[in-house]
Amino acid sequence: MNTNDIVLEVDRLRVQARNDRGAGPVLVDDVSFTLRQGEVIGLIGESGAGKTTIGLACLGYTRNGCAIEGGRIVFRGQDILTLSPAGRRALRGPGVAYIAQSAAASFNPAMTLFEQVCEIPVRHGLMTADAAREVAIGLFRELDLPDPETFGRRYPHQVSGGQLQRAMAAMAMAAKPDILVFDEPTTALDVTTQVEVLAAFRKLIKEHRTAAIYITHDLAVVAQIADDIMVLRHGKMVEHGTAEQILQAPRAEYTRRLVAERVQGHAFVERVAEEVPLLSIRGVTASYATLLRVIDGVSLEVRRGDTVAVVGESGSGKSTLARVITGLLPRESGEVLFKGEMLPPALARRSREQKRRVQMIYQMPDVALNPHQTLLDIIGRPVGFYFGRSRAEIRERVLELLRMMDLPESFIDRTPGELSGGQKQRVGIARALAAEPDLIICDEVTSALDQLVGEEILRLLKRLQEELGIAYLFITHDLGVVKRIANKVAVMLRGKMVAGGETAEVFAPPFHPYTELLLSSVPEMRSDWLDEVLARRAGL
Amino acid sequence: MRLYGHRVTWPAALGFLIIAINLFAALGAPLIAPFDQAEVVCDAWDEPSASHLLGCDNLGRDLLSRLLFGARMSIGLSLLITTLSFSIGIVTGFTAAIAKGWVDAALSRAVDLMLAMPSLIFAFVVLSVLGTDVAVLVVTLACLDSTRVFRLSRALAMNIVALEYVEVARLRGEGLWWIITREVLPAARAPLIAEFGLRFSFAFLFVAALSFLGLGIQPPDADWGSMVRDYRDMINLGISAPFWPAGAIAVLTIGVNFVVDWLLAIQSRGHGENA
Repeated sequence: MNTNDIVLEVDRLRVQARNDRGAGPVLVDDVSFTLRQGEVIGLIGESGAGKTTIGLACLGYTRNGCAIEGGRIVFRGQDILTLSPAGRRALRGPGVAYIAQSAAASFNPAMTLFEQVCEIPVRHGLMTADAAREVAIGLFRELDLPDPETFGRRYPHQVSGGQLQRAMAAMAMAAKPDILVFDEPTTALDVTTQVEVLAAFRKLIKEHRTAAIYITHDLAVVAQIADDIMVLRHGKMVEHGTAEQILQAPRAEYTRRLVAERVQGHAFVERVAEEVPLLSIRGVTASYATLLRVIDGVSLEVRRGDTVAVVGESGSGKSTLARVITGLLPRESGEVLFKGEMLPPALARRSREQKRRVQMIYQMPDVALNPHQTLLDIIGRPVGFYFGRSRAEIRERVLELLRMMDLPESFIDRTPGELSGGQKQRVGIARALAAEPDLIICDEVTSALDQLVGEEILRLLKRLQEELGIAYLFITHDLGVVKRIANKVAVMLRGKMVAGGETAEVFAPPFHPYTELLLSSVPEMRSDWLDEVLARRAGL
Repeated sequence: MRLYGHRVTWPAALGFLIIAINLFAALGAPLIAPFDQAEVVCDAWDEPSASHLLGCDNLGRDLLSRLLFGARMSIGLSLLITTLSFSIGIVTGFTAAIAKGWVDAALSRAVDLMLAMPSLIFAFVVLSVLGTDVAVLVVTLACLDSTRVFRLSRALAMNIVALEYVEVARLRGEGLWWIITREVLPAARAPLIAEFGLRFSFAFLFVAALSFLGLGIQPPDADWGSMVRDYRDMINLGISAPFWPAGAIAVLTIGVNFVVDWLLAIQSRGHGENA
């Protein structure tokens, strides 16, 4: 490789936010890297690390209220920061193209895919409409999309999420750019879909020898596609090396923690045997106003001290199961027994005591906590509501719960807006515990959090279980989490339970075919994982 | 100048000043008015003079005094009507959004029915049947106005009840009143306050229109709408009398709207930001 191969050189890039008072916080500080033709660099870090800001800067773009304050971004010998707005516009599309996280939000629902994929080359005057259409069909074929000849005639809502994400890659590739910027392109997809999309992206990059910047928070994903990895934190570079080196021999302490968290296992929770199960679900079916059955004949048992994981992809009915248990969605048939006592289907018919015993923790702590209330109100309300305590007793109890959550007592008068994501999730847990429940339903509680923060929440939940003996019903799509914290698993597929039982048994051969598909789709932290999966699936 | 951390723009400051002057006039009318509103103190249509700053009306009553007492009646009535209509509209609108199902359908269709009729004509019918008592006037106009508030609060609440913290309250077993006042209302406060200012202006104009047509406030009580009606013919003779109540209506409406615009601007910029 010689220096002529270099397509992009980012040199001491510095991006800063601006507000009324002038300069704000520094978002990206002193980041440098070079990108050669056909090379893929992975940018990895938690939210706020500046990954997307760097990706957008490579298009000569900053979000509202930010500005590139220093450094150079040299694209094919030309510093793009010195270009006029028109020059930058000409660069975007034919030079550098961007692929966003949410394809659904990036496509115009009123135009066909052909119109949108062909728009960039036609607008930039690179091709005629007919030629662009031929290119689009070729790209659809390369990306393994069904019926490439006619696929583009569909509207965005007529294709699946994974297909739409690939169509977006086609849109970015249509003008034959030198660099593709992928911004968390598979984060919103299910694991089984993620494998297909990743494989399609990798094939595309290889065949066109396009350079790419791949932004993600998931080390295992980026390991499949990137040659080099740069680890970022708080806008600064932590470590930069080849994918192999980052995974095998990380030098920085932070990288070591990122790599380690996935591998490290937790011990299974010791189970307490009891006569009557805490929660027993038998042959439950439920549906929404449409005729479609969302849950069909699900049976499940939870005992004291259990952590039962309900896994499945989006649309499998796992969140609906939670709504049926809590009574938000009345079941149509079947039984839900709590400590041997039948729970009425509708929430309105349940007693206050029945409501108290089952509590929920949600995925998004931002919308699960009322932003207009202080933590005293949020956590204290269940204490006053269920146990009728006095104001002084409520305050005392809230302070005690805050201590249990490892949150400072001074937070009691704060509102959720003043807390970080992980702290908010702790408040959600405290609120659930304030009701002194027997069962807590955890609905994807770690998926909106950064990896390391999520690990801390899991550790906290585990500690609380050991101290209080609470049972958890853990709804998640993350099999890595399931393997480590659950002693029982229920695998759901299109509203039906396809496998269930002790975790060790369900996740050991002989598998149900769907369980095997799910398990094999979880990215592993080594660079040859994707090749192996694809080879194995091709052989079947 | 700042108010609750938001910079007060000059139109907003002007609006606040206009509202403050009007409130002062309305509250202090018996103390600052030189004469009583029904007292005959001079000849009909006397020109403005040192003792009668704005002149006199058709019966020889002091115009300035009537204007001050009129402020009391017009502003007080509009405030009463708007407050009542918001209480009705918010409670029913939020209930519809929270309860959903047949409760929502029944309330929404009833409101559609009310909205299908021109409100001025509806008010005519009710007032001519039940009489022009002030209480009847307030309740009728408040009910008519609450249909619009219902629409807004239902739409606002629809988005808020979908949030998980409202679901948490429901799961806990909280009653309707708690959910309305503690969970939904705080999140809907900003747009509702802005709407309050807007609807206040409308109520004001509506009372003026009704008084103008003889179905609002009855003599000898002064209010700005009926003053315009009583004096309007004098405009042809070059007498300034109708100008004062009409101007007062216009100025207060503009003042209220300046403040409303400012509130809307703050709200669209989001919370906590300074500008």
